[in-house]
Amino acid sequence: MSQAIAPLPDVDHQAAHFPDGLALDCGAVVAPLTVAYRTFGKLNAKACNAVLICHALTGDQYVAENHPITGKPGWWENIIGPGKPLDTDRYFLVCANVLGGCMGTTGPRSEMTDAAGRGLGRPWGTDFPSVTIRDMVRAQKRLMESLGINRWLAVIGGSMGGMQVLEWAATYPEAVYAAAPIATAAHHSAQNIAFHEVGRAAIHSDPDWQGGRYWEAGIIPAKGLSVARMVAHITYLSEKALTRKFGRRLRGASALTFLEDVFEVESYLRHQGSTFVRRFDANSYLTITRAMDFFDLAADHDGDLAKAFRGTATRFFVASFNSDWLFPTSESRTLVRALNMAAANVSFVEIDSDKGHDAFLLEEPDFHRALGGFLAGCAERLGV
Amino acid sequence: MDGVQYVAKNMRLDLRLIAEMIPHDARVLDIGCGDGALIEYLAREKRADARGIEIDMAQVTKAVSAGLAVIHGDADNDLAFYPDGAFDYVVLSRTLQAVEKPREVLRQLLRIGRHAIVSFPNFGHWQMRWRLLWGGRMPDTETWNRPWYETPNIHPCTITDFTALCALDGYAVERWLAVDDQGLRAPWRRSLRLANMFGEQALFMMRRAGSGS
Repeated sequence: MSQAIAPLPDVDHQAAHFPDGLALDCGAVVAPLTVAYRTFGKLNAKACNAVLICHALTGDQYVAENHPITGKPGWWENIIGPGKPLDTDRYFLVCANVLGGCMGTTGPRSEMTDAAGRGLGRPWGTDFPSVTIRDMVRAQKRLMESLGINRWLAVIGGSMGGMQVLEWAATYPEAVYAAAPIATAAHHSAQNIAFHEVGRAAIHSDPDWQGGRYWEAGIIPAKGLSVARMVAHITYLSEKALTRKFGRRLRGASALTFLEDVFEVESYLRHQGSTFVRRFDANSYLTITRAMDFFDLAADHDGDLAKAFRGTATRFFVASFNSDWLFPTSESRTLVRALNMAAANVSFVEIDSDKGHDAFLLEEPDFHRALGGFLAGCAERLGV
Repeated sequence: MDGVQYVAKNMRLDLRLIAEMIPHDARVLDIGCGDGALIEYLAREKRADARGIEIDMAQVTKAVSAGLAVIHGDADNDLAFYPDGAFDYVVLSRTLQAVEKPREVLRQLLRIGRHAIVSFPNFGHWQMRWRLLWGGRMPDTETWNRPWYETPNIHPCTITDFTALCALDGYAVERWLAVDDQGLRAPWRRSLRLANMFGEQALFMMRRAGSGS
C-alpha cells in the first residue's frame, strides 16, 4: 500500500433515532439505534401508498438523488420519478441505509456503546455484533413505525435488497401488501459465499486493515477493499457484457507488455475498486457480506421454504435476468415454486438481458414495464 | 394461435366459452394463459382470484405489466409445485396436444383443481381422416398447420381417445362441447361419435370421479 486514502468524509444524513436500540439475532443489543433514510413523494392521508426500497450490498439510501459523497445520480434514478415505474406522484418511497452500513445507519463506523447505551469514544469496528438480514428488516420496521406507516403498499429490492424483501414478507406478512424480490435468492449459494470470502480475504490481507482497527491510525485498507470490489464487480457482470464493453482491447499499448493496466477491462476494474473505497467502509463490507452469507430463509423454517410463506396474503413479483450467474433464474424459480406451494399470488418474469446481475439497475424496458405494471395493479386494488 | 378471431374485450371465442363455465368468486389457474385475456376477464367480471402460467416470455411480460398474476413456466414442469386442491378451476386451453406428458398433466390438473377445463384440437375430424386416407400424408389444415418435422403438437388425440383416457384414469366428464375452429358452438351435442367426426375443437370440463362437484 503506497498511500492511504483519507478516511470517509463525515456527512450529515437524515435519520431516525431509537434510544432503546435493537435486539439482534446474535443476542446482542445495539443501543441507541440510528436509521438513516431518504423519502421521495408524499405519504397520502390513509398512509397506504408507502413503498419501501431495500438496497443491495454496496447501495445506500440515496436511491433517487445525487450522492452526497460521490455526486453521482441515485442508483435507481432511472425508474424513480413522476410518471416512472416507481411514480413519485403516486407513491411515497422510503429507502433506508441497512443496519451495519456506513451511510448513517448504526454500523461498524458508528460510535461503540456499552450495554447501557453510553458512548465509548471509539468506533465499533470489528466489535460490531454480527447482523442478519432479519436484523436489517427489524431496523426498517422501527423506521416504518416512526413514520406512521402500518403497511407497505410494496417492499421492493434487488440482490441483497431482494433478500430483505423476502425476509419482510416472511417475518411481517401483515405489513407487506406486495413484495418484489428481484435478481435474488432465498439463500446465499456456496459459490456466492466463496466469492465473498475472496473479498474478505483481500481486506484481511491488507496490512492497513490492522486487524480491523485501521481507524486508530486514521487510515483505511484501501488496497484490500478495492480488490474485494474488483472481484465482486466481475460477478455482477456477464461474460457477454464484459466482451461487449471491453473485448480484448488494449489501452493504447502497441505491444504486449508485463506492465499493469494493459487491457481496458483491467483499467475499468481498477477504477471501480479505487472509487469504491472513497465511499465504503471496510468493516461494513465485512459485516454486510456476512449477513448475506448467513441468509437462508428455508433453514429458518424447518428446511421448507414454502413454510416461510404459508397462508400469506402478500402478492409477489419475482424477476430474474437470464445472464445473471450470481443470482441465476433457477434460484428465482425455486422461490416461485415455494410460493406456489404456499398458494401465494405470484407473478414471475425472466428478463432477457446480457448485462448480468447488474441488469436490475440498468436500462431494461421489459423489466421496468413489468415492475411498474405489477405495482400499479396493486395500487389500484388498494385504491391508491 | 394464428388466425384466431378476436371479439370485444380481445378474447378468443373459445375462451369466452370457458369463461361462461366458471362461476363468480372462483380460484382459477389458466395454464398457457398467453397475454392473460381470460384471467383478466375473470378477475374483472367475475371477481375471480385468477392466475396464469405461460411459456412465452414476451406474453408473460405483457400480462405481468398489465398487473396480472402470471408466472413464466409450463404445464409439464410447474404444476407439481402447487398444493392439492389449490384451485376451483384449472384451465388448459389448446395446449394438451403440445405437452410432453399429457396423462401426467391431466393428473396434475385434477390434483390441484376441483374441476379441470381442457380444450384441444380434435385429430379425429373428418378432414384429417380424409387427407390421411387419400393424400397419404400428414394432414395440413387450418388447425394442424405445421409440417410433421416442426410441429409443437407432439401428442394429438381424438375426442374418443380423450374420453377413453378420462375413463381409464377415473375422471368424470361434467360437460363437453365440440366446436368449430373459431370456437363457435357446433350442433352435434348429443353424440360423441358425431362430434369426433365433425368437431374441430373439443372442450371438456371434468372432475375426479367420486369427488363431489
